[in-house]
Amino acid sequence: MVMSSPTNLPASSPTRSRGIGGVLIAVYGVLALAASGRSFVQIATKFDHAPLAYSLSALSAVVYIVATISLVKRGKIWYRIAWATISFELLGVLVVGLLSVFDAELFPSDTVWSMFGRGYLFIPLVIPVLGMIWLTKRSREHSGESS
Amino acid sequence: MIEWFTWLQLAIAVSAGLLCVGLGLAKQLPNDYSLGAVLLVELLLLAQLVVAIVAPAVGNPPSGSSLEFYTYLLSAIVLLPAAVFWGLSERTRWSTLILGVAVLSAAVMIYRMNYIWTIQVG
Repeated sequence: MVMSSPTNLPASSPTRSRGIGGVLIAVYGVLALAASGRSFVQIATKFDHAPLAYSLSALSAVVYIVATISLVKRGKIWYRIAWATISFELLGVLVVGLLSVFDAELFPSDTVWSMFGRGYLFIPLVIPVLGMIWLTKRSREHSGESS
Repeated sequence: MIEWFTWLQLAIAVSAGLLCVGLGLAKQLPNDYSLGAVLLVELLLLAQLVVAIVAPAVGNPPSGSSLEFYTYLLSAIVLLPAAVFWGLSERTRWSTLILGVAVLSAAVMIYRMNYIWTIQVG
């Protein structure tokens, strides 16, 4: 196991131990895969049923993919992209979750964000929050080391 | 799909997933047990792929969408090697947990596949 001491580690070193963040990224990867797969099937077979919901489904899939990549990558730009995509996901799951409760017609229950992600064990609701906590923690360690 | 085979596969996948999560929580690095469990689940998925291709020809077609079925099956087949690749790119106890998360996700996909094949209509 390679463990460099923090003092001689550059601030944006990719060799820093990712720790539990690796699990978080794995869950994001699974969500990205699940959302992509589902969205692909929906658009290929029944896009006309609910064009708005299924377009959003596809958008969410793309955002999950970008979020996964941005969590893996290091550096300021990726850090901002990670915040943007994760915030978008949280907003998405809250807005679509609410809309799906009040207007089931507009958002059929089989999109990733419908009913606050119930079909995915509410992971889409919880994971952006965990992502934000991890990003905050990581950047704090980051600034602590670079000073 | 052969129903008993699928249920057996599901039971093995859930057990393998829980084993990896347990080993991960016990701070074990990926070892022969966790990686062997993942390999077993992957081999069973490949067997399932063969079954799924052959079954319709012998009078056992899916009741639901075969496109959806294969999307799940291929996702699960791709997922496990990806998790091994990602997990082993940094070997820590968290790597074992990553394997567990992936295998349990594959288990959910197997469950969904069984639903599509046997219950879902149209």
